[in-house]
Amino acid sequence: MSDVILSTRNLSRSFGALKATRNISIDLRAGEIHAVIGPNGAGKSTLIEQISGGLRSDSGTVHLVGRDVSALSTQARARAGLGRTFQISALAMEDTVLENALLGALGQSGRPWRFWRAAGEDRDLRARATAALERVGLAGVADQVTASLSHGQRRQLEVAVALTLSPRAFVMDEPMAGLGAEGSRVMTDFLDGLRGEAPILLVEHDMDAVFALADRISVLVYGQVIATGTVAEIRVSREVKEAYLGEGA
Amino acid sequence: MIGERYINGLVLAGFLAVPIWALAMDEPFTITLATRASVLAMAAVGLNIALGIGGLVSLGHAVFFGLGGYAMGILAHHAQTHAALDLGFLAIEGSRSMPVIWITAVTVSALAALLIGLLSLRTTGVYFIMITLAFGQMFFFFSISWSAYGGEDGLSIYVRNGFPGLDTLVPIQFFGLCFTALCAALLLHWRLRASPFGMALNAARQVPRRVETVGLNPMRLKLLAFVVSGAVTGLAGALFADLNRFVSPTMFSWQLSGELIVLIIIGGVGRLMGPVIGAALFVALEHFLGGLTDFWHVWLGAILLLIVLFARGGLIGILTGKDGPRV
Ligand SMILES: Nc1ncnc2c1ncn2[C@@H]1O[C@H](COP(=O)(O)OP(=O)(O)OP(=O)(O)O)[C@@H](O)[C@H]1O
Ligand SMILES: [Mg+2]
Repeated sequence: MSDVILSTRNLSRSFGALKATRNISIDLRAGEIHAVIGPNGAGKSTLIEQISGGLRSDSGTVHLVGRDVSALSTQARARAGLGRTFQISALAMEDTVLENALLGALGQSGRPWRFWRAAGEDRDLRARATAALERVGLAGVADQVTASLSHGQRRQLEVAVALTLSPRAFVMDEPMAGLGAEGSRVMTDFLDGLRGEAPILLVEHDMDAVFALADRISVLVYGQVIATGTVAEIRVSREVKEAYLGEGA
Repeated sequence: MIGERYINGLVLAGFLAVPIWALAMDEPFTITLATRASVLAMAAVGLNIALGIGGLVSLGHAVFFGLGGYAMGILAHHAQTHAALDLGFLAIEGSRSMPVIWITAVTVSALAALLIGLLSLRTTGVYFIMITLAFGQMFFFFSISWSAYGGEDGLSIYVRNGFPGLDTLVPIQFFGLCFTALCAALLLHWRLRASPFGMALNAARQVPRRVETVGLNPMRLKLLAFVVSGAVTGLAGALFADLNRFVSPTMFSWQLSGELIVLIIIGGVGRLMGPVIGAALFVALEHFLGGLTDFWHVWLGAILLLIVLFARGGLIGILTGKDGPRV
């Protein structure tokens, strides 16, 4: 399939005796939001780390835009076009919001070895950083210290930094975590529009968001994908209900 | 609370005022003290690049200070004995020229920082502190046993080395030279901190994962910071040796590495002028209290303790009301 942007094949990773992920094969196609759902400890974040290069896989491969990136470092995968956000915000808390976005722009430019001119005075970096902040609605707090942001704003900044990279594929670990109803709605609307730019592999617990956004859903239980399908298919799958959604869902 | 810019300006002005006053009052020893403070400050400004921006707690920066010192000592020794340094395949003439000595000091300490950085940056936290300490001890014991250059007794240089157009034996002229070098180091820190490299390095200290995720290599950023840092401290070492006209293994000692960290903590970690305030206070205490009691270090220790407990941003943090970066 030529329109597959990101794919994993038989990815596995164990922690001691615990098999956190088992033979995971997932495709992310151009223009889609592919949600990965599953109970706590199912291995979702582990999968994200394996895709983005933070964790070595015991076996399996990751392809990005047709290229095998399995052996590449996190930095190299980012440069190859992977834009990833963290479940727990990983931001430079002492720095301003703008500086965090500038860092992304700097990574995208690939030229950090400049020592004399101030980063904030570099027009290209600044334009890219402020554009990303504007898109997530953080332009007004650009000069605030990141530590002073609310939890929701930090989630938005996570996404903004990924935007500065202009990635070929987004990989997002629970961008709605802890956002509240209104915050989730805003983020949902935003991600909805984003899929046209680059497809999103979306790990998310918020089922309203998942059902509203996902083109396809993969269900992860005990490290294994037990089902992949459209929202309608997953909603009616008995297997999924038993294993994950439970009686209440 | 006072803006950091004003404090910085005041500190530099004060630093200049003291020797100028001393010149007017004909107190050459005070000029020498100010020179000592400038040079120690410069060594700590170098360390502050690695420590304050990059978060690299190096307990081995005396290596670079000492290498700078011995670069001066060895070149000047060969010049004063008129015997070239014979490496077998290559004979190096000695030199009494500061520019030549400085280039040598910077090159040698940058290379040493590259090698030490490559090995020690694989570790973090306490292990990084320990491995840099271990390198420091290696150089210390090597210099003690290197009898060709005085071993434990060190090496005296009888006449201060020269700088074109200056009489370096005149205290105020040598002060001017050292103060200018300090200002150059401060300018470097200032520009570096605001530059794309400094921004990335500062982020690599806080969240290396984030830096990787945007496609940058935090290790390379830190390695380069360590090299620049070592080179600045190395140059300060060469000036320190010229100030004393003497080099000895104490320049390599871990106490010296520790003192550089203490200077920075007292002034304010990662703050542009932190090392300058720290060094000025250190030399003042050493001079005034040192004259009264042999145990003046106790007072220094007490100040350090108070700052660590109550003022994480050091003296600059107290004055500005803003905490500095966390290391
Ligand atoms: N570095 C690690 N060392 C040991 N065990 C780990 C490590 N990381 C994750 N695990 C374990 O692997 C399993 C999967 O964890 P993971 O974080 O991938 O789950 P998750 O699906 O993201 O859960 P959540 O919904 O709570 O975020 C868990 O049992 C977890 O305890
Ligand atoms: Mg998780």
